[in-house]
This record gives sequence, structure tokens and C-alpha cells, in this order.
Amino acid sequence: MKIVCALMLFIVFSFDPVFGQKVEVIKFPQLQEMISAGKPSIKVINFWATWCKPCIEELPYFEEVNRTYGGDDFEVVLVSLDFVEDLDTKVRLFVEKKGLQSKLYLLDETDFNEIINKIDTSWSGAIPATLIVDQRNKKKDFYERQFKEGELSQIIKTLIN
Amino acid sequence: MKTTYLFLVARLLVALFTGATYEDKGYSVGDYATDFKLKNVDGKMVSMSDYKSAKGIIVIFTCNTCPYSKIYEDRIIAINDKYSAQGFPVIAINPNDPERQPGDLYELMQERAKQKGFTFPYLVDETQEITRAYGATRTPHVFLLKKEQSKYKVAYIGAVDNNHKSASKATQKYVENAIEALKAGKEVSTDFTKAIGCTIKWRET
Repeated sequence: MKIVCALMLFIVFSFDPVFGQKVEVIKFPQLQEMISAGKPSIKVINFWATWCKPCIEELPYFEEVNRTYGGDDFEVVLVSLDFVEDLDTKVRLFVEKKGLQSKLYLLDETDFNEIINKIDTSWSGAIPATLIVDQRNKKKDFYERQFKEGELSQIIKTLIN
Repeated sequence: MKTTYLFLVARLLVALFTGATYEDKGYSVGDYATDFKLKNVDGKMVSMSDYKSAKGIIVIFTCNTCPYSKIYEDRIIAINDKYSAQGFPVIAINPNDPERQPGDLYELMQERAKQKGFTFPYLVDETQEITRAYGATRTPHVFLLKKEQSKYKVAYIGAVDNNHKSASKATQKYVENAIEALKAGKEVSTDFTKAIGCTIKWRET
């Protein structure tokens, strides 16, 4: 019995969110503020979800550019479009398992018709989708597709240099 | 210059023969949509022209695997139950390449249709040509067509309603409102909307 308890405690603690980035639940105005903020000057905002296969496939590329360039002037923000009801059961577990280190939010909204256009008018609403904001050149680029290996780091490299 | 001209002529010819307007980015509201002949989950081929007495068709690109598609299944069944008798039947089309999304295999589509008790056809767009022609980009993606003699004019493109989590909390039932407008011979007030959805799993070339 004692062993079982110890084992259960171990399992519980191994999932403790202290080991991964926390996921903050936000509404659209907060996201909008983030997009228009002056700092960091280059922001990569990726829209994903735990149920989206192509999103999960490209997550390592975002983690990679975050590791390489992340700092005062560059930031990767992963915005989950999972349902807020799945925050503990799916999103946090997934973040733990993958050990995601980029900034994480869950956008808790239901009426996306207006929101999608405000993020980018070229977006139809499918994910994966990525917004790259370059405040130095007052430029925004939007990609409604999955990145191939090496593609994102190439885009970022060009932007930074 | 010459190629542009040839291209325009070719497009005009296509439009003349099929009554359809082709755009690289798919249809916009007001365009004429092409008919199709696609395989249903019961093995039979289905076309819009099979619906002789229809006043319009609700074409919905949807699939087995996308959570946004699944969350709307019951609402799509309800729409068909309500509107097919009034001349607006639903035709669902699965646009995904099963090689990229094995959950969308034909056999699994058959299973899903049976399990959920689909009251409408659930077709396979094997070549993805229809999906491309319509310009569907996500699942679920609705194209409401108004029948004009033997042509199908696009009256609404977008989401089913404005609350994916709860039908009862939706304050805008886009598809139903559009059908009601068509029935009343009025303009569709909201004829284009956007929603979160899953990408179409295009065949890798």
C-alpha cells in the first residue's frame, strides 16, 4: 500500500507544472496589446492547438528560433486555441511532456469572426497560422500554413540581419 | 500579353461550358459554383443536379478528424433535418487526403456517418478538385448555394454560427439566417464569415 502511495505521489509530482512554462489564459484585447507593443521589436506569434497535427509537427521550429534568438528584442509566443476546459487535462500536460520553453497563452474566445480579421485580414481561420511582427520596420507578415524544416529560422535570420 | 489573352479566353470557355466561375482563390459570394459527382459513404455517386426540386444546397466541407468539425456535427444534422424538407439539403464533402490524415479514410467516414446517423450524403473529394475550385480552406467550411435554374449561385461562405462551443449560446446563426433570407427573397445580410478550423490536408505533390 505504502509503495502504491509513494508511486502515486511520484506520478503527481512529476506532472507538477513547476517544470514547464505556465500557460496563461487570455482574452483577445490582451493578445491585441501584445501584438501592438513596441517591445520586443520582433515577435513571432503562432496559433496552434493540441488537436492540430500539423501545428504539433512545426512546434520544434518555433522552440528552436526561441532558443537561438529569444531575448529583449525577439520573442516567440505560442497561442493555443484549445478550449479552456481542456487547459489542465490536455494543454498543460502537453506542454509538460514536450517541455515547451516559449511563452504560452490560451486564447479563450468563442466568436472568432471579428477577431480573425483583426489579427490579419488574409487569415481564413485555419491553423497552423503564424503572425510575425517587426516593429522596427512597422511590418507584419502572416502565414496561414505549416512551416517546413529550416523555413522559419531562415525567415527570422533574414529579419534580424 | 498574349498569354493573358489566351488565359482569359480559356476561362471564358470554361465558364460558358460549366456555368461556373473559376478563381485561383476559389469562390466569392455571387460566383456560380460548379456541380460535382462524388462518391458517397453508401458507394453511390452524388451530384447537386440529383436534387431536382431543391431551391438551394448547403455544401459543407467537413471531416472525421477535426474537433471543430466534430463539435458541429449535431448542428449540421439539425440544419439538414430542418431545411432539407424546405428545399435546402446539406451535402457534406470530406476534402482531406487520407494519406496525410488516416482518420479520414473512406471506411472510417462510413463508420462515422453511421455512428452519428448522418441524414445527408458524406462525399469523398478524392482528387481535391472540388475543394480547390470552391476555395475551401478549413473544416468545417460552409458554402450556401442558391439554385438558379440549373446553376448554383454562392449566397454565403463561412461558419455555421458564431459560437463553436454551444449552439444555444450562438447569437448569430449565420447559415440559418442566410437560408431564411433566401427563402424570403431577401439579400443575405451577413454573407461571409470566418472561424477557427483545421487546415485542409492537401495531397503532397
